[in-house]
Amino acid sequence: METQRLAAESVEAAPLPEAPQAPAAQADSQPKTRGRAIVVTSGKGGVGKTTTTANVGIALAARGARVVLIDADVGLRNLDLVLGLESRVRYHLLDVLEGRAELDDALIRDKRVPTLWLLAAAQNREKDDVETAAVQALIERLREAYDYVIVDSPAGIEMGFKNAIAGADEAIVVCTPEVAAVRDVDRVVGLLGNRVDVKLVVNRIRPALVRKGKMLSVDDVNSILRLPLLGVLGDAPDVIVATNRGEPVALDENAPIGAAYRAIAARIAGEDVPAPAAPDEPAGFLEKLGSLFGGRR
Amino acid sequence: MVEQVVQWFRKLFGGETSSSVAKDRLRLVLLSDHLALAPDVIEALRRDLLDVISRYVEVDEAHSDVSFEHKEAGIAMLASIPILAMRAREPQPEPAADAAEACSSAEETSILEAVSPNGRSDNYGRRPRKRRRRKASGASQTAPAQ
Amino acid sequence: MKARRIVVTSGKGGVGKTTTTANLGAALAQGGKRVILVDADIGLRNLDLVLGVEKRIVFDLVEVVEGRCQLRQALVRDKRFGENLAILPAAQTRDKTAVSEEQFAGIVRGLAEMCDYVIIDSPAGIEHGFRNAVAGAAEAIVVTTPEVSAIRDADRVIAKLQDRKLPMRLIVNRVRPEMVRAGEMMSVDDVCDILSAELLGIVPDDPEVIDTTNRGIPLVLDPTQRLGAIYIKIARRLEGEIIPFTQLGGGGFFSRLFEALRAG
Repeated sequence: METQRLAAESVEAAPLPEAPQAPAAQADSQPKTRGRAIVVTSGKGGVGKTTTTANVGIALAARGARVVLIDADVGLRNLDLVLGLESRVRYHLLDVLEGRAELDDALIRDKRVPTLWLLAAAQNREKDDVETAAVQALIERLREAYDYVIVDSPAGIEMGFKNAIAGADEAIVVCTPEVAAVRDVDRVVGLLGNRVDVKLVVNRIRPALVRKGKMLSVDDVNSILRLPLLGVLGDAPDVIVATNRGEPVALDENAPIGAAYRAIAARIAGEDVPAPAAPDEPAGFLEKLGSLFGGRR
Repeated sequence: MVEQVVQWFRKLFGGETSSSVAKDRLRLVLLSDHLALAPDVIEALRRDLLDVISRYVEVDEAHSDVSFEHKEAGIAMLASIPILAMRAREPQPEPAADAAEACSSAEETSILEAVSPNGRSDNYGRRPRKRRRRKASGASQTAPAQ
Repeated sequence: MKARRIVVTSGKGGVGKTTTTANLGAALAQGGKRVILVDADIGLRNLDLVLGVEKRIVFDLVEVVEGRCQLRQALVRDKRFGENLAILPAAQTRDKTAVSEEQFAGIVRGLAEMCDYVIIDSPAGIEHGFRNAVAGAAEAIVVTTPEVSAIRDADRVIAKLQDRKLPMRLIVNRVRPEMVRAGEMMSVDDVCDILSAELLGIVPDDPEVIDTTNRGIPLVLDPTQRLGAIYIKIARRLEGEIIPFTQLGGGGFFSRLFEALRAG
């Protein structure tokens, strides 16, 4: 069966976890309907696309959904690194598209959350090498077997971006509270056009600076963009530590920002999670004093 | 060796800091990236490897392959080189009494014979040419031990 | 050609190329050099915003290339620096394939006749936009942060620069000394070691910088901004002065207190 063939991990044979009892609204664990194809993009680089793709993807998979993540940043791949899977990459997207490898061989199954797979980008090729029609066909094929196909777009609006959005009918645009990022998202939303359902994630909000008037608020950002808000994320050093280790923060029960990513995943899955909670406050004065004497933040 | 001692030390004294984990991962991933980006270097490496191995055995060049794999402690090179035959040897004359004892073991003898007279290996997978008798000063070749 | 032609690049997006270009240019200009900044991020221009001149753009780089205006007409002068600082803006409604490498190099050569420094703000990536930005440059500044993705991409870009035999130096941006001390962030030494690069500057993380870029105020113009002094040091190093690097995280109790409170 197509489903089993695409799902087979050629190396490991970790059994699939029991699908959680899903309420009618969710349909997470039944891949009988066509899966959703979502692109994560932004225009501006460095705002958190890859981190968002990795964490939202793994959070969705942790809920039992079958998720495949695709790194579209040909030449400068990093989704593998953020997920901690960099040492397991054997074949990549272009190997599959150009017939040098089967999809089964290229898909890397995450050992921590066995319903998550990664299709890595090529490191030694260029974005122009990818044919848009071929990517679209691949995504269509993947949608038959997975609940979510999530594509991590590169920065910019050139060929890499165009290929990343091909085949997606939903988009998550990631924006930081700075004028340059807002301007770029605005351009990207214009290019996405009407056929794509676009939602916004605001990343790296620092409530203390917003209060002092030294940072744009979520409302400031969205008064310009006017997009449905999917989530608000703070600027957490936890993310840097998580990326250092290759352990996505969405798996960390103790990190508030992990909970924020899990909340975004829940909203994507259709759950009615209340309005984005305020991101965690940065450390107060006493905590900072404590950190001088060797304690953790 | 030092690397392994350092890692053991770290593990003994509790978990590694995330920055040291990051450094280790980066070193490996950069090595892997560089290897992926240097097909010409890898091809040169493959050629040199084949040259050396061809001195001892005849190989199937067309199906030879060199690749790199991530292992536990780092990246390992894997070479897959199909061997077709041992190198054919010519019958040797009786050894002279004062045969130069530059080689003492049988293996060294056969190694010497596999190398062409001017000291370089030039048997690129081809059948070995008839070797000229080597006339070293006062020495003749000892009988090969099979 | 008279001017030094420097490209500021990184591979990874969002590490601070535009902020570095703007502030380094401003520091050099304040020090008396004539500086022209070039925004090579066609389609997603931001250098004009960061310098606060976005409302005064009349012509852009693409229009110069297409012959619809003279090079001088497209330059937007930043009046806060007298005659010393100007920018050649990118086009916003086109993309990077609108200009070829030869055309870009020609523009840079033209600008080099008019000033002491041409500093080119490269877009993210290593493709068309990057190749344009590098064409016509004689040296490079690579900007990275102490994070794995940024360093990996910087490594890639450094290899590309070496292919073109461009001398390069490194700026490590957004260093958080308290995280480095806690072993949660790689140190500047770690970064230079991994990349085998010569250091030009260390810039600590300061979330208030976003406010200055939002407002279009270069840091050197605001005396309350300690980062302004750092960019001035980088400018002086560029000019050839030997200036020791600020030991982030190595000072005594009060400097660490100050760092911890400001850096956050």
